[in-house]
Amino acid sequence: MALLEVKNLGISFGGLRAVNAFDIQIEKGQLYGLIGPNGAGKTTVFNLLTGVYKPDEGSVVLDGVNITGKKTIDINKAGIARTFQNIRLFKDMTVLDNVKVGLHNNHTYGVVTGIFRLPKYFKVEKEMDEKAMELLKVFELDQYADVLAANLPYGKQRELEIARALATEPKLLLLDEPAAGMNPNETKDLMNTIRFVRDKFDMTILLIEHDMKLVSGICEKLTVLNFGEVLVQGDTSDVLNDPQVITAYLGE
Amino acid sequence: MSFISYLITGISLGSVYAIIALGYTMVYGIAKMLNFAHGDVIMVGGYVVFVAVSNMGVNPYVALLISMATCTILGVTIERVAYKPLRGTSPLAVLITAIGVSYLLQNLALLIFGADTKAFTSVVNVPNLELFDGQLTISGVTIVTVIACIIIMAVLTLFVKKTKAGRAMQAVSEDRGAAQLMGINVNGTIALTFAIGSALAAVAGVLLCSAYPSLTPYTGSMPGIKAFVAAVFGGIGSIPGAMIGGILLGIIENLSKAYISSQLSDAIVFGVLIIVLLVRPTGILGKNIQEKV
Repeated sequence: MALLEVKNLGISFGGLRAVNAFDIQIEKGQLYGLIGPNGAGKTTVFNLLTGVYKPDEGSVVLDGVNITGKKTIDINKAGIARTFQNIRLFKDMTVLDNVKVGLHNNHTYGVVTGIFRLPKYFKVEKEMDEKAMELLKVFELDQYADVLAANLPYGKQRELEIARALATEPKLLLLDEPAAGMNPNETKDLMNTIRFVRDKFDMTILLIEHDMKLVSGICEKLTVLNFGEVLVQGDTSDVLNDPQVITAYLGE
Repeated sequence: MSFISYLITGISLGSVYAIIALGYTMVYGIAKMLNFAHGDVIMVGGYVVFVAVSNMGVNPYVALLISMATCTILGVTIERVAYKPLRGTSPLAVLITAIGVSYLLQNLALLIFGADTKAFTSVVNVPNLELFDGQLTISGVTIVTVIACIIIMAVLTLFVKKTKAGRAMQAVSEDRGAAQLMGINVNGTIALTFAIGSALAAVAGVLLCSAYPSLTPYTGSMPGIKAFVAAVFGGIGSIPGAMIGGILLGIIENLSKAYISSQLSDAIVFGVLIIVLLVRPTGILGKNIQEKV
């Protein structure tokens, strides 16, 4: 059974049908791309998957658990984490603290323990620090641990967002236009990072991207969205050579 | 000598403002709303101690703990019942509701305790401090108030900066949506903020009533507004800002009472606010919002 199974997902905003009859199946460990022209509804699909919007119909099943219409926080606990098209780090917090926010639910102690700094506070905080540093090292961000997130270079901010998402220990990682605003060199690094994340964490990744070099370089499967509906779905090379896809992107 | 004496009383009054201002500033920073009922929680805190000590003969320190617990429950209940259903609506709706809650609390107190002024027995029994051969007397309440303020500030700052719940607060304050997507319980975090703010309001209420021993259903309203001014003055949303704003305000108020006019002191306090806002709209420690063009 696939890790993520989405069937007949749909949502309307007023009279606008933003996403219609959206199906997708992602196997564990797959690197899957969601592409399509601007306004096709890609980010809306992400928002539906993460519970930011409640679907009007359809179902989302993650690893055998039906998470359709659940709250964002519960979906995150069920195992979906994401990054954002426009980076949404906690900019006034340090790099380390950003990752520690991601670790929030997997390391617990009570408020009273925190106020009075009981022994458990030090133990758990130390665990969190170690875990967070481990994650930062993977992205070579450990040297920036005490820097405010806002002061990181752009490419590093993107990586920190991925690290923060991974800290929530997801089964499925959603990346919303990870290469947006990057130059070709940064994009190349990013491709390596994404591949590395998949291999190192045995992660399943669904990403939205406009950069065709990135998409054809790392995605194994693609779904093309156009006007809120699935246009073509399949192996990357087949999809990219499909005349319908070329038409949707370039016009007649 | 009298100047130093006025100054110290001002710092003490300002410390109370600072403790109240913390409630305003934290709720504003995290829930993005102005809780105008906060001042009346102080009054409730005062009445709880009054009833416990004067009517039931409870030990004053136990009474303080009871008062903190009551106010915590009250604050969380107000948030759950009155503000939470309005989350995501216009900030104006929440503001009006907060004013409504404020009047509700005042009138409930009026109904239960009546309009007459209750003589509050000071909870603090620290002896006065005599300095310079008795030329300068610092009251026990003053000392306790200032120390309490410093301890609260230090503990709260460490709590927000260094604990899990504090990080969740910072995260919710910066980007509620992103925090939620990272698995942070936003409702729980906001409720915790109200709980802390209200517990501190109880402390402030008891300190205030110990220094100025009279209690009416309107006791909390003026200090509440002044603490709000202090929070804006220091930069609303900032914890050290609340401390600086509160203490400066207390000093300004007390010195103008002493040297200018006791009738005009409130006018001067609010006048200072207007000037500060003209020069620095975000307050002393408030962040300048830069817009990228």
